[in-house]
Amino acid sequence: MSESIHTAHGTGKTGTVPPAIELRGIDKRFGAVHANKSIDLRIEKGTIHGIVGENGAGKSTLMSILYGFYQADAGTIHVDGKLCNIRGSEDAIAVGIGMVHQHFMLVEPFSVLENVILGVEGGAVLRDGVDRARHELKRLEQEYSLNIDPDAIVGDLSVGLQQRVEILKALYRGAEILILDEPTGVLTPQEADHLFRILRTLKEQGKTVVLITHKLREIMAATDTVSVMRQGAMVADRKTVETSPEELSELMVGRKVLLHIEKGPAKPADVVLAVENLCVDNAQGVRRVKNASFLVHAGEIVGIAGVSGNGQSELLEALAGIRVVSEGQVFLNGQDVTPGHGVDAAQLRKRGVAHVPEDRHRMGMVTAFTAKEAAILGYDDDPAYQRNLLLDWEAIRTTTQHLMDEFDVRPADPDLKAANFSGGNQQKLVLAREIMRDPALLLVGQPTRGVDIGAIEFIHKRLVAMRDAGKAVLLVSVELDEIMSLSDRILVMCDGVIVGEVAGGMANERALGLMMAGVAPEQAHAEAGQ
Amino acid sequence: MTTSLQLPRWIDAGVLPILNLAMAFLISGLVVLAIGESPLEVVEILIYGAFGYDEAIGYTLYYTTNFIFTGLAFAVAFHCGLFNIGAEGQAYFGGLGVILAALYLDFLPFPIMLIVAIMASAAFGAAWAYIPAYLQARRGSHIVITTIMFNFIASSLIVYVLVNILRPTGSMTPESETIAEHLRLPFIHDIAASFGIDMASSPLNLSFVYAIICCVLVWLFIWHTRWGYAIRTVGANAHAATYAGIDPGRYVIMAMLISGALAAFMALNEVMGVQHRLLIDFTAGYGFVGIAVGLMGRNHPVGIFLAALLFGMLYQGGAELSFEIPTISNDMVVVIQGLVILFTGAMEHMFRPRVTQIYIAWRSRKMAQEAA
Repeated sequence: MSESIHTAHGTGKTGTVPPAIELRGIDKRFGAVHANKSIDLRIEKGTIHGIVGENGAGKSTLMSILYGFYQADAGTIHVDGKLCNIRGSEDAIAVGIGMVHQHFMLVEPFSVLENVILGVEGGAVLRDGVDRARHELKRLEQEYSLNIDPDAIVGDLSVGLQQRVEILKALYRGAEILILDEPTGVLTPQEADHLFRILRTLKEQGKTVVLITHKLREIMAATDTVSVMRQGAMVADRKTVETSPEELSELMVGRKVLLHIEKGPAKPADVVLAVENLCVDNAQGVRRVKNASFLVHAGEIVGIAGVSGNGQSELLEALAGIRVVSEGQVFLNGQDVTPGHGVDAAQLRKRGVAHVPEDRHRMGMVTAFTAKEAAILGYDDDPAYQRNLLLDWEAIRTTTQHLMDEFDVRPADPDLKAANFSGGNQQKLVLAREIMRDPALLLVGQPTRGVDIGAIEFIHKRLVAMRDAGKAVLLVSVELDEIMSLSDRILVMCDGVIVGEVAGGMANERALGLMMAGVAPEQAHAEAGQ
Repeated sequence: MTTSLQLPRWIDAGVLPILNLAMAFLISGLVVLAIGESPLEVVEILIYGAFGYDEAIGYTLYYTTNFIFTGLAFAVAFHCGLFNIGAEGQAYFGGLGVILAALYLDFLPFPIMLIVAIMASAAFGAAWAYIPAYLQARRGSHIVITTIMFNFIASSLIVYVLVNILRPTGSMTPESETIAEHLRLPFIHDIAASFGIDMASSPLNLSFVYAIICCVLVWLFIWHTRWGYAIRTVGANAHAATYAGIDPGRYVIMAMLISGALAAFMALNEVMGVQHRLLIDFTAGYGFVGIAVGLMGRNHPVGIFLAALLFGMLYQGGAELSFEIPTISNDMVVVIQGLVILFTGAMEHMFRPRVTQIYIAWRSRKMAQEAA
């Protein structure tokens, strides 16, 4: 079934230079799960190589094997043409492999310098090592134009800068090959562009970069060559200039996928949700949402764009009644439903507010429960589920079966533990539970996070169907593509403030990106227009 | 990509506990060997002492009764994510409730007294559990710390009440007056005798039946009511509970009240059924062993019943053991019980990774065979 085409030679180099990384027949099983099926991969020196695939396609497993977290059951790893036995991250570092993890491994109260030398202090007395490191760091930082103050405290740095500290760490340890695992998830488009510039500089200096991502746009923008993984197998290698996002997504999913959602114009009707001067504080008393005011009408999807951590989560949770509102008011169909003071999540649900939370594992479901138990979360007091004083599990099972059939949840087994479903199917179950209640207002956070492409398409269609059925939908997502393709109106949040509103059809990625970074709308449009 | 594999029930609730138990007995056997006795003989005496004759069975089930109540108490709190170490104190207070009802309302006929005593013990045990529960739910004080401290406070308080209030004038021992004969829980051997069945006399009384009823009620409550569902949601994922509009604090308190009441039912057996008066330290560590019973029984009433039976056997058989073999002192029996608690409670997960591995290997081989 493999249609591997080994044409992936680097930037004009001849075959005499051994590839930076060559994997031959890497095979790995976790019990019954065959995570990597005899993978062959060749990455030329001095290139940026992308690896794409859906969640669970085996990308992370493969990289973990390369970095020594797991040992392959079969197969060999060759670095610079030499056979390597990588048994742990120390071995990987020793042969010049560095890794920037999706979740940073940094000590926040330490300075940049202290973080970089952590583990390679060089001797019992710290001072000698620190002096040497300062020197080396300056050189690296200038060579790759990373713009980082070595004495800054890491906890004070923005996410984008923290990521550069991670890159610096790898370079300081002598990395010739840099693996980045989903590096742009937490960045604004501008920060991501800066990251790609840094990667290109690295490439020019002769380093090899491996970029793992599920965002095809980034593959197209940043890489020289790309490999596609599907269900544990390497299904294709392509030169980036010779492929297209459509081809890559088809290879990832194994069938044709609609990347753009077909939807007609919105027909906004009455105001369903009115938010006035809403302020929300977090547990530490820090104001996370500042004077937010906006309307959501029936029959429209309003998207909230913003870099993760700019108050969107708090706004969504406050509207769902999970967080207490500090100031301001919320009206649902004209009635005051400001959360706190007797209005909680349960009551909002009864009034027709459904909520698909941002993190289904943390909030949306109890993974230890069976699907049918997960399917009544928040609705366990429904009279249809009661029989005298007891819960009517037969009725619940029937309802769950119906939800599963309607939303194509696989396997459609109400008695299976929620943890045993894939991310996409868990999300479909949560959406089914909320949407099938026919709510007036649907609050959705990150509807497709950790969801495979096939399910993304399905979920997007259902959200548009909700809109067309005359419901109000408020969508929070850090995926700009998702916001732009679904929303009829886009609100941009930065540091807790709604900095501007853009009509969905008019949205421009660059302008949105600038607004997400706090630039005023007029200026953003002007700059983006240039 | 790590897959959290679920073991089938027969391994999780069958093979693993038996393996843990076997390990405990193996080590106990080595200890017995070390002091120069035959482990086989010890096992023989232990089992004969627990189940060998009528009276032994009666005693075993009498101990089992206490363990069922304290094991259930632990389980209900555990389903809400709470580690209630305070069954000891809650049972002690339950004893106070029972004795006050029995001594001061002694004009009531027995059937009504039975209901009053159940309610009184539940109310006293629940009240004693309420304070740590409130502190956990609304003030964030950790339930393990507060319940263990409340054991000590309960102990001191009851001694005070016994010495200064309940002790009959002129008596030198710190214990209450005895309960009127017609208000005591009838012994099973007396009930059997009234049906013409001859049974050896033992402390086993009507509370054993009530313990089994409680098993069924707890099962219904936890898995078949909304409140049990809410408690399990809070225990498994408090964020999800908040999302669903379930106030975690409210259910923390509810679970602890029920837990305290269940622990207090132990007093029905001890105070109303056997001692017929309130004694100092009548709880004798049953509350603590209840933790091991709950864990070993996988917090399911059926498992708890079986685990309680095991500990009942160890208590009764152990007593017989120290009587039959003089070199095996009572402390030695405590060591064996301790090893069982250690392996089934604290080190419950020791064999799990290995067993999971073996199971996966076995299953994939079987799947390969079926495919072939």
